[in-house]
Amino acid sequence: MKHTLAVLVENHPGVLSRVSGLFSRRGYNISSLVVSETEDSSVSRMTIVVDGDEKIIEQVTKQLNKLIDVIKVSDVTHDETVDRQLLLVKVNADNSAKGEIAQLMDIFRARIIDIGKKSLIVEATGSEEKIDAIIKSLQPFGILEIVKTGTISMVRGAK
Amino acid sequence: MLGSELLLKCLEEKQVKLVFGIPGGVVIPLYDVLKKSNIKHILTRHEQGAAHAADGYARSTGKVGVCFATSGPGATNLLTGLATAYMDSSPVVAITGQVAKAFLGKDSFQEADTVGLSQPVTKHNYLVRDANEIPDIVAEAFYIATHGRPGPVLIDIPKDVFTQEVSEIREPKIRKHIITKLEKPVLNEIQLGKALELLKHSKRPLILAGGGVTQAEGSYEFLRQVAMNNEIPVAVTLMGKGVFPADNPLFLGMVGMHGTTEANWAIQNCDCLLAIGIRFDDRVTGKLEEFASKAKKIHVDIDAAEIGKNCAVDVPICADSYDFLKMLSQKLRGIKINKDWLKQIELNKSIQKVSHSHLDPQEVMATINSLVDEKTIVVTDVGQHQMWAALFVHPHYPRGFITSGGLGTMGFGLPAAIGVQMANPEKKVVLITGDGSLQMNIQELALIKQWNLPIKIFLINNGYLGMVRQWQELFFNENYAETSLEAGPDWEKLAQAYGIKGKTLRTPYECKESLNTAISSREPWLMDIKVDPGANVFPMVPAGCSLDQIWGSWKNEAHVSSLG
Repeated sequence: MKHTLAVLVENHPGVLSRVSGLFSRRGYNISSLVVSETEDSSVSRMTIVVDGDEKIIEQVTKQLNKLIDVIKVSDVTHDETVDRQLLLVKVNADNSAKGEIAQLMDIFRARIIDIGKKSLIVEATGSEEKIDAIIKSLQPFGILEIVKTGTISMVRGAK
Repeated sequence: MLGSELLLKCLEEKQVKLVFGIPGGVVIPLYDVLKKSNIKHILTRHEQGAAHAADGYARSTGKVGVCFATSGPGATNLLTGLATAYMDSSPVVAITGQVAKAFLGKDSFQEADTVGLSQPVTKHNYLVRDANEIPDIVAEAFYIATHGRPGPVLIDIPKDVFTQEVSEIREPKIRKHIITKLEKPVLNEIQLGKALELLKHSKRPLILAGGGVTQAEGSYEFLRQVAMNNEIPVAVTLMGKGVFPADNPLFLGMVGMHGTTEANWAIQNCDCLLAIGIRFDDRVTGKLEEFASKAKKIHVDIDAAEIGKNCAVDVPICADSYDFLKMLSQKLRGIKINKDWLKQIELNKSIQKVSHSHLDPQEVMATINSLVDEKTIVVTDVGQHQMWAALFVHPHYPRGFITSGGLGTMGFGLPAAIGVQMANPEKKVVLITGDGSLQMNIQELALIKQWNLPIKIFLINNGYLGMVRQWQELFFNENYAETSLEAGPDWEKLAQAYGIKGKTLRTPYECKESLNTAISSREPWLMDIKVDPGANVFPMVPAGCSLDQIWGSWKNEAHVSSLG
């Protein structure tokens, strides 16, 4: 099962290599990893999606906690969270297809952000499932290039 | 004040009196100011020796051992030593020079990515970019090395940081989250209660103590109380040697691949296993699925990540061995264990004697053991002699048996023994080594004469890389590929070349006589003890087998004894 870990780390050079080194050395599988600065510029936040059973996730969490540069590890898999990925996809599109794609993308609230002679670029944000659905819906047109981020997660505020 | 001077000042404040190291290009500025400090520098002949010596210092005292090396090859030479310290949780701080900041990342002369290289074998490491950060970094490094589960820390310092003029000397600060992270875990009362219940209802309990008990200063006294007040037998791992007196009937010796038959039998037949400060290494457990399969297991360790890492247990307790054993000694009293349990264990103490054509290593070990007193620290290298020592030579206290357990580093012994003797000038240091191991850091013999270290080197010489030879015999159809060391050297002459007295011993009588003479003299000695080249270490549990499948001897023993 996939678990989402929110990891607060020191914003130092080399922290990413400590974390990725730990994963490769101990044979854990990273599905995705996103790092960025937080509201406090001395702290970065990593959102790591890890594939593994409870036992592996427990080990991953404990091993991460042992890294001196790791400040806090939270498994937010079972929390109420907002999860987002960002997708850019370049699709084959002759003039007749452009309209069709535009309509399709409206349904997903995705945007066309660049139009070329025979292609266009779509930008979308959403959960992993939504992003997968968008990619699937574009496949019949011929996908030329895809780039997407890993998942970022935030726990919802108290209601 | 220069960065280099500030570094030495910070080390002095950390009570560092002794460092081991070798100078080189980028650390000349550091060595240049060394004389102005009170720190004594011991020049080893190889950086690996410096790391092992610092490690020996740390293991025998519990205090931080410090080593210096230059950039590039100096730093890479330290790595084996750091990995050795890391695997056995030894608090070492290594300080390496680095090329000047402007040269970083340019593949400059003697540049290596020391921080990157040492990352997997250190608890933490630093690249210092500004000399003003030195007090904070040294304070953190020492804190990290010694708190929680101990381990090595490396500080990499570019040449121009050594020569940087420091603007202000800050009060050292340790980041808050590091302090929180490495704080002693609070002993969970509920878990302690569960452990007590299991132990109280157990008929066949067993304690297995490891390096965690060695490390937690003073915890061994509570261990002794718990075991003796309740008549619970005690087995140890290699890293736990010395935590329990070997002459006590409750002591079963070491467990695992080369454990005693009674310790392994007890593991496989106990109904409650209290494992303290161990990490369920494959050399300890054998086939994990069948390890202590009849027992409810309690696992106590200071490192949360060790709990559940290798072995699923019934009662996990993340705590310092000291806290746990202290509480246990108060709360567990007079439990009634099955007297048959102790008798049965006793019945399993079978030793199959093999007759040897040359000196019998086991007898040599018995002789050495008879010379070990309360003030003796035994240091070993790695291989057959190490296992014989583990089986038959028993130190009286924790930190009395210094050996490379986890990494199994041949060449550890001699430099470690030097570190141990330097740290404990009043103690007798006995190095039990092999002809393979000793040749892996032989250059450090120079230090013995130079510093008048009365180390007794007992070389268990069988002319082979013996442990590999044993595996070749047992598992590779006696194909002794590249394990013979018959080319020498002449050890007496070699010892003399380094200004040490050497002697060759071939008979039990010579051996007893000469080891006795050596141990009672205040001089160093190298005793070349020619043992049977075909002797194997038994008992043995073949790799991957359950601890039940223990071999007491080997069918071809007699044949092999005629080798060499």
